Amino acid sequence: MTRFVTRRLVQMVVVMFAVSVLTFLIFNVIPNGDPAVRMAGKVPTETNIEAIRQEWGFDENIFVQYGTTMKKVFTGDLRSYFTQLDVDEEIVKGIPRTFSLAIGAALLWMAVAVAFGLYSAMRAGRFADRFLTITALVGISMPVFWIGALMNYYLGFKLGWFPNGGYVEFTTDPVGWFTHLILPWTALAILFIGFYSRVLRSNVLDTLNEDYVRTARAKGLSERQVMVRHVLRNSLIPIVSLWGLDFGAVLGGGAILTESVFDLQGVGQYAADSIGQLDVPPVLAVTLFGAFFIVALNTVVDIVYGFLDPRIRVQ
Amino acid sequence: MSGGEPILDVRNLRVSFSTEEGDVQAVDGVSFQLRPGEVLAVVGESGSGKSVTAMTLMGLTRSPNARFEGTAQFRDTELVNATDDELRQIRGAQIAMIFQDPMTSLNPVQRVGDQIMEQITAHGEIPEAQARTQAVEMLDRVGIPRAAERARSYPHEFSGGMRQRAMIAMAVSCEPDVLIADEPTTALDVTIQAQILQQIAQLREDAGVGVILVTHDLGVVADVADRIAVMYAGQIVERGTVDEIFYDPQHPYTWGLLGSITRVDRDRPGRLPAIGGVPPSLANPPEGCRFRPRCPHAFEPCTQVPDLEQRGASGSGHVDRCFLSAQDKPRLREVDGQVGLTTGSPSA
Repeated sequence: MTRFVTRRLVQMVVVMFAVSVLTFLIFNVIPNGDPAVRMAGKVPTETNIEAIRQEWGFDENIFVQYGTTMKKVFTGDLRSYFTQLDVDEEIVKGIPRTFSLAIGAALLWMAVAVAFGLYSAMRAGRFADRFLTITALVGISMPVFWIGALMNYYLGFKLGWFPNGGYVEFTTDPVGWFTHLILPWTALAILFIGFYSRVLRSNVLDTLNEDYVRTARAKGLSERQVMVRHVLRNSLIPIVSLWGLDFGAVLGGGAILTESVFDLQGVGQYAADSIGQLDVPPVLAVTLFGAFFIVALNTVVDIVYGFLDPRIRVQ
Repeated sequence: MSGGEPILDVRNLRVSFSTEEGDVQAVDGVSFQLRPGEVLAVVGESGSGKSVTAMTLMGLTRSPNARFEGTAQFRDTELVNATDDELRQIRGAQIAMIFQDPMTSLNPVQRVGDQIMEQITAHGEIPEAQARTQAVEMLDRVGIPRAAERARSYPHEFSGGMRQRAMIAMAVSCEPDVLIADEPTTALDVTIQAQILQQIAQLREDAGVGVILVTHDLGVVADVADRIAVMYAGQIVERGTVDEIFYDPQHPYTWGLLGSITRVDRDRPGRLPAIGGVPPSLANPPEGCRFRPRCPHAFEPCTQVPDLEQRGASGSGHVDRCFLSAQDKPRLREVDGQVGLTTGSPSA
């Protein structure tokens, strides 16, 4: 197990390096023209451009440029030339908001999807199953910016049941934090609930046909024990890995739409706003951090998978 | 050995499944008895209904598509019509089962010891530590070396033979009265087969367990079984003691099975003898004797279904479903000096 974990961690570092090189190339090398001009924003002045060129080493060779870029991103020495704000500080400010959204939504979609998927599988072919299938398809088909806007308008603005967008710190007002996040959580979770409950349903149906489930029944276990210990446990393994990946993807940029619709001011919305202002440094930093986060979470998922399914560890 | 009142009495068991091709009569009027300490072998080819019969006794074939008739009396409980809860209490505790494929019959993500413990704790309030000791003991008893350590292994760390031993350890951990072994050696290589069969025979000797051994391999049963029931297309076509079946087989299907055993003590045949044709569709079984389309000896009476009754001279427990006269059979079943089924074209 130690060897397995070590190998995964080494792989993670290699992938992160590759990601950083790619991001650097995409932002600073591949686009035509002077990177300093792009950095300087919408209305660049000659002095600004020259200063940026000096600062980032754009007149040096490509390796120095890479080194300077990474140094700026990771030492907190990155500044937006549009807002004049420190980029890393802005990101850190957005992280609790994005995490609140992603963690809550992930828990919600997992819990509901397990309930729906299991129920659907146990009623396979009957009315409840068909109803949930159609519901899931509808859920998968609704884009978050649409359902989010509808919820915000009807439940938030018209009926006033929920706050109409915005975010409250958990530490200042836990209840306000919760009520502000209910709609964003739901909007973000709907798509995943549809998808996950479908996957779980088919996993459960496959697992039910496994020989070891028959063995479990032959032991004289109750139907509940068979379902929980053998069927659900084994059906959840692929879902858990999917969950980790999707959670990483939501944190690494998937929440951009939800954050913007509900005005949560998280990292995603920061990235969206920066893109709108052609403000390159924040976009570069968010891209890099997002990618790193996804890679790190993939590694965690791999390791957890090794614990859940002992067969993975031997290779 | 065997003796006393039957512990399991199956009468006229019928199981059918509704499928897209219509109703499939998988088991069609099967009756047999099992006494304590007796090994009954149920032999037949794939699709003969032997596994369905075995699993039905455990209630493992129950589904909305299945229909059951007949009775299976086990002690005070009638298994076919028992409630799920009654069955659950019998399963594992009084009737245990070993399955064909030890590679897939253990849960891959649970430690072997835990799976045995689960069996032990399913039928009684036993503290975990005690259940664990018991599980290790069971593994030791079935010949797993360093049992305490191996109990912490996962199934993929076991060889096929070890997994089947673990299955046996699990099955007998609650000291059942009846053990149903569904092709327990089919997935194992020959040397391991012998060890596993030895293990099953030992259970019968030591604990007086009644064993139903389901197999397609007559060679496997010769050593361990007391009685044999030969199944074909959902019916028992012949039933008797091992000696009766091997030395005085009455049904042409049995002749075919016996003829297709390769034996090291005889000359190697140029071709392996086989029974011509394929087993009938159970959704649409042939009229009359089920074996008629493949039987080279079929004649007019075979369009009727023969009853399962004593026809030969060897004993009252030896019954078969064949209209051929007992006097003619010794001549008809002789092929090249041994028992076999002539390969002449079937006439019917």
